[in-house]
Amino acid sequence: MSHLSYARAMDSFQATIDADSRIEPRDAMPDGYRKTLIRQIAQHAHSEIIGMQPEGNWISRAPSLRRKAILMAKVQDEAGHGLYLYAAAETLGVDRADLLDMLHTGRQKYSSIFNYPTLTWADIGAIGWLVDGAAIVNQVPLCRCSYGPYARAMVRVCKEESFHQRQGFEILHTLSTGTPGQQAMAQDALDRWWWPSLMMFGPPDASSTHSEQSMAWGIKRHSNDELRQRFVDMTVPQADVLGLRVPDDGLVYDEVTGHYSFTQPDFTELYEVVKGNGPCNEKRLATRVKAHEDGAWVREAAAAYAAKQMERAA
Amino acid sequence: MSDLFTYALRLGDDALIAAQRMAEWIAAAPQLEEDVALGNIGLDQLGQARSLLQYAGSMDGRTEDDLAYFREEREFLNVQLCELPNGDFAHAMARLLYFASYQHLLYDELRASADETLSGVAGKAVKEVAYHVDHATQWVLRLGDGTSESHRRMQAALDELWPYTAELFESDDLVRRLPVAVDPAGLRDEWERRVLAVIDESTCSRPEASYQHRGGRSGQHTEHMGFLLAELQHVARSHPGATW
Ligand SMILES: [Fe+2]
Ligand SMILES: [Fe+2]
Repeated sequence: MSHLSYARAMDSFQATIDADSRIEPRDAMPDGYRKTLIRQIAQHAHSEIIGMQPEGNWISRAPSLRRKAILMAKVQDEAGHGLYLYAAAETLGVDRADLLDMLHTGRQKYSSIFNYPTLTWADIGAIGWLVDGAAIVNQVPLCRCSYGPYARAMVRVCKEESFHQRQGFEILHTLSTGTPGQQAMAQDALDRWWWPSLMMFGPPDASSTHSEQSMAWGIKRHSNDELRQRFVDMTVPQADVLGLRVPDDGLVYDEVTGHYSFTQPDFTELYEVVKGNGPCNEKRLATRVKAHEDGAWVREAAAAYAAKQMERAA
Repeated sequence: MSDLFTYALRLGDDALIAAQRMAEWIAAAPQLEEDVALGNIGLDQLGQARSLLQYAGSMDGRTEDDLAYFREEREFLNVQLCELPNGDFAHAMARLLYFASYQHLLYDELRASADETLSGVAGKAVKEVAYHVDHATQWVLRLGDGTSESHRRMQAALDELWPYTAELFESDDLVRRLPVAVDPAGLRDEWERRVLAVIDESTCSRPEASYQHRGGRSGQHTEHMGFLLAELQHVARSHPGATW
């Protein structure tokens, strides 16, 4: 591309962004835009598939057949989300195999929330309610993301996440109105998942590195702190309905602003978990790598078989 | 215990235990598409199990969960094929080929049963298991006729699971005297014809006649079953009287 036509293409890119229209795969886009999207979509896809592990951990032990079916369907939905998102990333000129390789070798990340263990059945409720709930708060604005394929994938994903959130709430509701043992289990799960859920919105705005450019590009619509506030405002009344106590002594409703003020999570913990120092980092990655390596001979066989079929057809 | 209760339990337990093993593949499959596909298959099996256990339970005032979570190992009536540990992906596909082909023939005939619940469950399930057979068939062909490693693994899986197939077709007084049941002995020839055609096309060789395991239908299981049930039942049993 000549300098002039490059400049013209970038003008049209900026015009599309300014008009709040969608950029499509064939459109010209700045390199940084493409790279940012690839990083973000891949990280999102990785989170979906790593997230299958903490919940998959409870399928075999789900305490009723109805709950088992719902949980299986949920974990399977997350695999589906991974598929749509890898497909969205592939429209930017990368392929799934390379992205998986980046995940397996630690060069790309996934959401740190999945580095916490699921210790009781109530954790399945807490994950649905809080983690899928936080994911919705993060992802609803992405349905208007400037990159078309990502925005469209998000519309589909968000619909399913809201089912998951409701199912999680329902699990906790049943527990919190159940036996004393079940109530204790529900409270314990909220106590453990509250702070990591707040961390899902990323570092505070003051120390967030990628935000400003992403905002200008229409990839990000709201700051981390805004989204965190929105999550707290949405979730605290739901905790009241559940009869569970949010483990934050600083939580107060401010009549004037209509928002809750709350204690910020310990972000040094977030930075540590991102660096690899969380309770399940090693296990999650090792499990993923093992599934991939154990499956290598299967994928090779499928490729070899397809090649033979092509040859026979020729 | 009525014959009909026992019969519904046999079919329901097969599906339940198969689903429990299938679900172990979720997040461990060779590729993401397969996590989704095996999840679907497991969900179909679990759905069949729930319908059948609900039906059995309706005959003696128990729920599907009473039956799934609060029976002892000796009261489970599934065939041993369903309870064996997963092994590698070739084993998963060999088991699915054997089991779903059996279920397909069974449900197909059960559709004509005079028992409306059984025929209703069968009418829905027969479509689901047709897909399971197809999925397993595609993979047995790919693995059998893929690489030398996949061929070796596919052959090993077909051979190792073959000794657990006779039990599927075991006839007894109950199925002979219960008019709404299907006597599985009558399904054997067609099952062999179909399964062996897939094995032949996959370039694997037909498993040899061998010792055949039995006992599942009378509650005698392999040593694996106790661990499977311990995992399946432990939360429910830790909170007696709780609802979930
Ligand atoms: Fe998801
Ligand atoms: Fe979800």
